Amino acid sequence: MERPIRVLVAKPGLDGHDRGAKVIARSLRDAGMEVIYTGLRQTPEQIVAAAIQEDVDVVAMSILSGAHNHLFPKVAKLLREEGVDDMLIIGGGVIPDGDIPFLKESGIEEIFTPGTSTTQVIEYIKNNLKR
Amino acid sequence: MNIEEGLLKGEKRACARLITMLENNDQGAIDIIKKLYKHTGRAYVIGVTGPPGSGKSTLTDRLTKELRKKNKKVGIIAIDPTSPFTGGAILGDRIRMKDLSLDKGVFIRSMGTRGSLGGMSKATWGAIKVLDIYGADYIFIETVGVGQSEIDIVKIAHTVLMVMVPNLGDDIQAIKAGIMEIADVFAINKADLGGANKTQLEIEMNLDLNEKKDYRPSIVQVSASKNENIDKVIKKLSEHRKYLDETGEMIERRKRNAKLEVIRLVEEELMDLIMNKALEEDMLEILSEQIISRDIDPYSAKDNILKLIKK
Ligand SMILES: Nc1nc2c(ncn2[C@@H]2O[C@H](COP(=O)(O)OP(=O)(O)O)[C@@H](O)[C@H]2O)c(=O)[nH]1
Ligand SMILES: [Mg+2]
Repeated sequence: MERPIRVLVAKPGLDGHDRGAKVIARSLRDAGMEVIYTGLRQTPEQIVAAAIQEDVDVVAMSILSGAHNHLFPKVAKLLREEGVDDMLIIGGGVIPDGDIPFLKESGIEEIFTPGTSTTQVIEYIKNNLKR
Repeated sequence: MNIEEGLLKGEKRACARLITMLENNDQGAIDIIKKLYKHTGRAYVIGVTGPPGSGKSTLTDRLTKELRKKNKKVGIIAIDPTSPFTGGAILGDRIRMKDLSLDKGVFIRSMGTRGSLGGMSKATWGAIKVLDIYGADYIFIETVGVGQSEIDIVKIAHTVLMVMVPNLGDDIQAIKAGIMEIADVFAINKADLGGANKTQLEIEMNLDLNEKKDYRPSIVQVSASKNENIDKVIKKLSEHRKYLDETGEMIERRKRNAKLEVIRLVEEELMDLIMNKALEEDMLEILSEQIISRDIDPYSAKDNILKLIKK
């Protein structure tokens, strides 16, 4: 039996709602993945701790509040510091095109902006796993 | 990463990776457990069950915080159902345990049932051993909590904590048949909403009808979200543990559970062995066609399949 892909869907920062994250969580589940959903207002430290304990293949973060340039790289950095190099880190949300190169340099492998279909996200995950 | 060394040192990454390997039926993981098995047997395993939404995750969070005050190390396995159609799952119990993620003495793992019946993932048995070696003093297993699928928890836990809520109405009638027997401690959660006394009375009445049990389960009213009476739940759990230890029932339970685990493992492997052979030779396909054309009956078909390993 093929093992299911495990994905942590996390919402860093102070956003007040998580509709987008829930939509993505449900589509990943429907694509046969195990989605660990941790709810609103997670600190980068909490996200990293959960990712490690859950030993996920993918950390998927979503943010609306505009703090992505700070929070996304922080998560990537903390994971590196823990010696984790086999998790695929991706991000989504309202993110200006101009910010994307910086985020990619900081270790976020792909950024999905509004308008990306969930099918694209699913395909991307399946094709880019690190283990 | 050296998993064996890491686990003995209590490293979370080693712990997490070994559980993943077990979930994926990795023989390497089994070999590690075989080697380290003598390090297990210390942890006290509490099954947390009860209807969905009754507050199992919230209560587990609060119980863990209470135990952390006494510097106990805690492992939590939170199980949610896997969709039988897609194989996917949303595992959401961590939402209620947010502040525990960063606690050095707490390890939480979410698991999907991955096709197994009985409200438990097949890898749960292995994960408990991993957490035991990791050094957990207490291990909580939160089950999916749907009616009759809760039977497996008694085969794995030392104490079963049943989380109920007031005003379930007729539901209590519907679920009681399966659950009254397995609970060692009842927590009537959401006592802040009122109606807990009535629920307690109903449970007491049911227990009166069921006197054959040696241990009369205790009942605590509690409010997990308001953090009220959490220490009382701990006290009742400890009382049950003490009862198990003092009466020798603990050893009995362990022995019974060990027996059930071996049977389960043998069953699993035999099934795999037979079915893999049968599938390889296309037997299942051929036999099922012969059955519907009445050339053979299902009983003889079964005999034919079993012959595969008898010879
Ligand atoms: N009023 C009240 N609500 C609670 C209490 N404990 C938990 N809840 C709420 O009940 C809901 C379900 O809780 P959860 O722990 O996820 O239940 P589970 O499905 O059994 O794990 C959540 O919204 C909790 O905040 C309580 O003691 N009182
Ligand atoms: Mg829960």
